[in-house]
Amino acid sequence: MKVIVGIFMVMSFLISSSAYALKAGVPLEFENAEQEALYNDMLHELRCTVCQNQSIAGSNAPLADDLRGHLYKMVGEGAGEADIKKFMVDRYGEFVLYRPNFDPSTYLLWVGPFLLLLLGGIVLRLNVRSRSKINSSSDLTAEESELLANHLDSKEEKK
Amino acid sequence: MLPEIGQFLMVLAFCLAAIQSILPLLGAQRGQLSWMRMAPNLAWAQFAALAFAYGLLTYAFIYHDFSVAYAASNSSINLPIEYRISAVWGGHEGSLLLWILILGGWGVAVASFSNNLPVAMSSRVLAVMGMVSVGFIGFMVFTSNPFDRLMMVPLDGNDLNPMLQDPGMIFHPPLLYMGYVGFAVAFAFAMAALIGGRLDASWARWSRPWTTVAWVFLTLGIALGSWWAYAELGWGGWWFWDPVENASFMPWLLATALIHSLAVTEKRGAFRSWTVMLAILTFALTIVGAFLVRSGVITSVHAFATDPTRGVYILVFLAVVIGASLILYAWRAPKVGMGGGFSSWSRETVLLANNVLLVVACSAVFIGTMYPLIIDALGMGKMSVGPPYFNSVFVPLMVPLLIMMIIGPLVSWKNATFKGSFERLYPVLAVGLLAAVVWPLTMGEWGLIPAVMIFIATGIVGTFIVDLLPRIKAPDFAGRIAKMKKLNTSWLGMHVAHVGMAITIIGMAMAASYQTEKDVRVAPGDVVELAGYSFTFKGVQEVRGANYSSLYGTVEIRENGELVTILNPEKRTYDKHQGMPMTQASIDRSVFRDLYVSLGDPVGTTGAWIVRVYYKPFMTWLWTGVIIMSVGGILAISDRRYRVKIKRRLTGRKEEPQAVVD
Amino acid sequence: MNRHMIPLAVFAALLLLFWVGLGLNPKVIPSALIGKEAPKFELPELHDPQKMVNNEMLKGQVTIFNAFASWCISCRQEHHQLLKLQREGFYLVGLNYKDERQDALMYLRQLGGDPYAMIAYDYKGDVGIEWGVSATPETFVVDKKGIVRYKHTGPLYREVIENELIPLIRKLEQES
Repeated sequence: MKVIVGIFMVMSFLISSSAYALKAGVPLEFENAEQEALYNDMLHELRCTVCQNQSIAGSNAPLADDLRGHLYKMVGEGAGEADIKKFMVDRYGEFVLYRPNFDPSTYLLWVGPFLLLLLGGIVLRLNVRSRSKINSSSDLTAEESELLANHLDSKEEKK
Repeated sequence: MLPEIGQFLMVLAFCLAAIQSILPLLGAQRGQLSWMRMAPNLAWAQFAALAFAYGLLTYAFIYHDFSVAYAASNSSINLPIEYRISAVWGGHEGSLLLWILILGGWGVAVASFSNNLPVAMSSRVLAVMGMVSVGFIGFMVFTSNPFDRLMMVPLDGNDLNPMLQDPGMIFHPPLLYMGYVGFAVAFAFAMAALIGGRLDASWARWSRPWTTVAWVFLTLGIALGSWWAYAELGWGGWWFWDPVENASFMPWLLATALIHSLAVTEKRGAFRSWTVMLAILTFALTIVGAFLVRSGVITSVHAFATDPTRGVYILVFLAVVIGASLILYAWRAPKVGMGGGFSSWSRETVLLANNVLLVVACSAVFIGTMYPLIIDALGMGKMSVGPPYFNSVFVPLMVPLLIMMIIGPLVSWKNATFKGSFERLYPVLAVGLLAAVVWPLTMGEWGLIPAVMIFIATGIVGTFIVDLLPRIKAPDFAGRIAKMKKLNTSWLGMHVAHVGMAITIIGMAMAASYQTEKDVRVAPGDVVELAGYSFTFKGVQEVRGANYSSLYGTVEIRENGELVTILNPEKRTYDKHQGMPMTQASIDRSVFRDLYVSLGDPVGTTGAWIVRVYYKPFMTWLWTGVIIMSVGGILAISDRRYRVKIKRRLTGRKEEPQAVVD
Repeated sequence: MNRHMIPLAVFAALLLLFWVGLGLNPKVIPSALIGKEAPKFELPELHDPQKMVNNEMLKGQVTIFNAFASWCISCRQEHHQLLKLQREGFYLVGLNYKDERQDALMYLRQLGGDPYAMIAYDYKGDVGIEWGVSATPETFVVDKKGIVRYKHTGPLYREVIENELIPLIRKLEQES
């Protein structure tokens, strides 16, 4: 019996009975546009912890229904994004956030790509400089080379 | 009996691949012509064995041989024939066999089209491909045998996963694998060049068509996956930055860098080390992808039933193949040298920037995908990195790259001036700016992201036009047509591919920024208004399909009172997968917008339903753009210099290929 | 030569990461509650709806707090282990998660008995969310002061019970 397969067996035919359960896609009423926007944003920011990598936006799992219900309730009570995230993290850990927090453990994650971009720029600059030195005495000036190249490009097909 | 023959054929293929790895390589080292000449024969024999084995597995599926465990778990009596055929690649073992078959097929293709290569080179290429085959066939034979039998033969199978019972899903894996495996060819060429110590423009010219074709396949394969997600998942989304999706996207980014780098190496002899490294890394990422999908190391909706034993095997294979190639690279690369020089403003510089930016973009996706694993491995708990992260980081990183697409084609090779380039560019930039200001306003609301994307897309098209006009200058229309016919297909391919990308970008940006949707509770007869259309819900009927029951909805769409179309969203429950209802969205596609309807859940028992309605502007441009990109790729390799070679091969003339100057 | 060896070094690090990764299970999420007080709750008891079960009842002794449901197949696998633990003198409190009362009672009868000192009946599943339950079965260990000290996701197997659960409980029993 595969241990890993056996672990998560949430039966989706179970009709959700929580007062807070919301089936996916149920039309909802909000007091104002900000609340609606917050709800819709958070749907995509929170992870369904029983699913195989899905947000609570589209999941049919009963737990997702419950979490959507809690989310709706909190939004209706005027909770902000930080409050909602804290509620979820207190219970499920950082795992439940699809947008990792910005703290020392994730500096590399958030800053890394841009550092790499900077590094790439430096590599580029160094590389280009050393290559342009290889360019030995050309009889043509840069403008003349350009003109010649363009001319050759368009004459190519005559071969 | 037949499955056992299949098993035997696989072992045979394994042995043939092993010989193919060793004999031609030794032959090339020692100058033994007879050994080198064995390579194509071995490739053909290996492919034949694999093709028969694959055929036998398909036979088991078509004729419901449920004694084969793999067929029992992926097929059923009621499964329609087309899905029985595609179910062969519906699970781990069968998809692996498909991969291996395609690898063998590429090997045969290389063997057939390499008459103009020096025999030592083609032998080495085939030998390296043999090594890769040994690894994969070994993986199959030792850990993932699709021909395993069941002691108790079930009366019916478990049926194919409902998610895969869709036309898009039939073609998605084969196209993807054609791409992935095609990069093994580029890798083999790079290795052969390193081994032989000959890393020059001709190596790049031979390598280029193979790599570009593989790139086209991968592009189409990825797009097809998105197409399927859009139609099948019911939420109008088409990309989720899931680790397995990223596993296909990362090689695509590097492969794009590779095809550009190969162009520079071919034309100017520069970037040789870059090109070799990109070939190695692209192939490495395809194996990393296989590892991620099949080992259980990450959580994904796409992952096959996972098994750490398989993970260990792939990891060892990855270590050996890529480790060896990187060692070879470290040894040989210093001797390669830099190739032709160029000034600090030139097309080479732009393409070098292109290489760097694509590698950075790929690294960003890589960091995001691996980060949860890194944190877990360091004992720092579990975290998730999802679409909010990737969208925030990746999109800004892509912008400089996309701007290169506007600038690059108008910058001359080797030696250009800022002034000269700017003179050609400024009309393009001006039109781009104008479009960026005006177009979003016509959509309703100006936004920065759509504006930037529109600027880029318009710029790319503008660059094409600016580059085209001087080449078709003629006194009259007939003259212009005549000149158009003589345009260099390779040059045209570049622009067509770029324009395809521009169209795709518009599709993505517009649909994301300007889509509208409504979730509604409707009873039969209710009407929903969205984006100037009226959606009338007519109700849901129960309908029976081959191996499923469907709740079949009908929605009429009217514009200004006139019927535009009737859509039929469904909710299917497959007999063997009762717990997994599948949404089948119904989409009316047209040039400027998609109208998308999907069923949610029933409300009570009165026939009322929750329905989701979407208006997605320019969505079709996404798919169309990808197809145009692929056409561009095909154009690029159908250039006369490659055609001349094929013609030569067919007519049997053995001339020395001339050095091509572009 | 050095510059060209950087890719190899990065690759080696990646291989190491993957190797470690093979030994990890991405599906098991650690509890956010470890080291914190058990969540406040009050629910009716499964057998006797007039009685209430609350978090205070988890204090005073080391408690095994186990979330289960009749519709949960994996729960059936661990049930005999729970009965064994009860026989050996451990204190179990159950959380019947999103279940029908009659189904739960029948489940206990079918599987050979009730190992729990009391069972909190969480019909709505809200208390489950408070405990961060994402799937059943899940087992927590709560110490005498009511602090959550351990969580195990999935059925309790022999090795887990012997190597982790019992040693931890013994240690916690030593604490005042």
